Amino acid sequence: MRETPLSNCERDFIKTAIAEKKRIDGRQAYDYRHVRVSFGVERGCCMVNIGDTRVMAQVSCQVVEPKQARPADGTLYINVELSPMACPSFEPGRLSDFGVEINRLLERCLKESRCIDTESLCIVAGEKVWEIRVDVHVINHDGNLVDGCSIAAIAAIAHFRRPDITVSGDEITIHPASERDPVPLSVHHMPICVSFAFFEQGKYLLVDPTDKEEKVMDGRMIIGMNKHREICTLQITGQMLLLKDQVLRCSNIAVVKVTEITELIHKALENDREERAKGGKYGFAESVPKNKVTSNHKVSAPVDMETVEDHVTSTFSQNDDVIEIDSDAASTSESDDSVVIMDKGSGAIGLGGPSTWNVDDEMSELKEENKSNTTKTKQQKSDTNIVVSIDDSSEEETTEILVEPSIQKQKKKKGKV
Amino acid sequence: MAGIELLSDQGFRVDGRKANELRRIQCRLGVFTQADGSAYIEQGNTKILAAVYGPHEIRGSRSKALHDKVLVNCQYSMATFSTGERKRRPRGDRKSKEMTMHLQQTFDAAILTSLYPRSQIDIFVEVLQSDGGNYCASVNAATLALIDAGIPLKDYVCACSASFVNDKPIMDISYLEESSGGAELIVATLPKSEQIVFLEMNSRLHEDNLSHVLDMAVKGCKDIHDVLDQAVREHVGEVAAISGLE
Repeated sequence: MRETPLSNCERDFIKTAIAEKKRIDGRQAYDYRHVRVSFGVERGCCMVNIGDTRVMAQVSCQVVEPKQARPADGTLYINVELSPMACPSFEPGRLSDFGVEINRLLERCLKESRCIDTESLCIVAGEKVWEIRVDVHVINHDGNLVDGCSIAAIAAIAHFRRPDITVSGDEITIHPASERDPVPLSVHHMPICVSFAFFEQGKYLLVDPTDKEEKVMDGRMIIGMNKHREICTLQITGQMLLLKDQVLRCSNIAVVKVTEITELIHKALENDREERAKGGKYGFAESVPKNKVTSNHKVSAPVDMETVEDHVTSTFSQNDDVIEIDSDAASTSESDDSVVIMDKGSGAIGLGGPSTWNVDDEMSELKEENKSNTTKTKQQKSDTNIVVSIDDSSEEETTEILVEPSIQKQKKKKGKV
Repeated sequence: MAGIELLSDQGFRVDGRKANELRRIQCRLGVFTQADGSAYIEQGNTKILAAVYGPHEIRGSRSKALHDKVLVNCQYSMATFSTGERKRRPRGDRKSKEMTMHLQQTFDAAILTSLYPRSQIDIFVEVLQSDGGNYCASVNAATLALIDAGIPLKDYVCACSASFVNDKPIMDISYLEESSGGAELIVATLPKSEQIVFLEMNSRLHEDNLSHVLDMAVKGCKDIHDVLDQAVREHVGEVAAISGLE
């Protein structure tokens, strides 16, 4: 299915925003989106979320004959699948140009940089070696697939355990997990790819482009690096002409980003290891946050909203009918995020602002009238003791019977004289 | 392969070159009469043929036509006898497809594409013998073929590879040096303005050394530019003499 093209006004908007150093989702030029790494129940299964981009990787192994050129080396095979589930423009089956690019990039980044020790995968030289296969599936495409795939692949490789084997003469016994603990792969280093998007012939530079930014960009540079500051792969795609110092600048930025992401992967691996050791629950079901009412965590938007009100009031006051923005209500509702238990079985988050329906104004006016009436009647009662007021149960009507006070006074006067 | 010394103490490599020397380049323009432009280049033991057809009407799917630019269509294939072992799939495997895409991007950036909207330029590259530096020699051959075809370019596109051995950057690496596991940096530039059109790096290289290796590769591109320029001027001189222009 053909992708819907980006409209010209969207394109111009994004370009002008970037020229003013603003991104449409509120990030800074060198900021990554929220990256989450989670592991599944099976060993070697990893899911990575970069913002809305979701990628899943699974590692598996089998015993095969080695290549003739290298009889004592195991093999690492990487495959990236772009399924139509991720983006309607991905076709099933035949690998598109983009798919070939991602596949080759990951191959170069992981295989040719020797991230795992292939010699340790040898069982019997020349006859049997382990073949490690990494399958990466893209589940949702919202820009920057290369980074997501590389993080998922290397995290899955680090998480994977292969079965233990014993070689006795000509026989090889592969021990299942129940007999002997599986053995981790020996990972030399963790190469991570960082993508840079270029705009205006290399003038503006963004890290981690989203889908829309990718459609507008001139070209892209992908740097694969590990935390020891070794560049594992470098590639420039797209039709742009760069200068040498731009390349060096990008590699400096990449160093910082790669260290952060490697930390994140290590932390996730640690958490998973602890959970498994404790015997607690682990896997995707536990790592997905629950969306129930009782849990109140929301990912705060990075967009700065403070200047929006001033902007809006200034634009609206130019019109004839001024719409008042209840800024107080908005701010209190943000801070008032705690759950309030009203009654047994019912709770509320936030108490709501004042009512803005006009009907209630009339109601309150009526209420005030009644209140003043009842006070009046009470006063008259204390003065003359004659006034009888009959209050009905409804507040809307009161019936009052007034007895003339003047006759009474004359009677009193007569009494005195 | 660990036993072979890539850079000796006296500074000589396996084929006798110094660290900053290119392999011997021999090239010819106009080798085919059928194609609009063609070229043959020998860079050391790597032998590559390139042919250019165009600009002509879009063949095949009209939907690929670009309304404001020319469509650059590349095809890269290796002859089955080009490598040490006989290669069964010369086209359509991943490495060839990747190489095709890289060539297309490179020339898309170098050709003045806005001059021929709704048209197509075909670039065909065939590797007859592969001894390392396939991409570089392909780019150089395609540049010569485009010049032979008379298609306007921003500048010559020259490509060169560089590596890092024994803490020294070396220029224009051969297959032996490639496969012994060192870092390989391939750069295609427009030599006069030193703008980088394409950059690719394989294997591990420490970030501190990137600058030196990149410098070496860009210098290599400049040297190749001198060689190609001379070849083009000779060819133009011959053609002019034959057609009686002088």
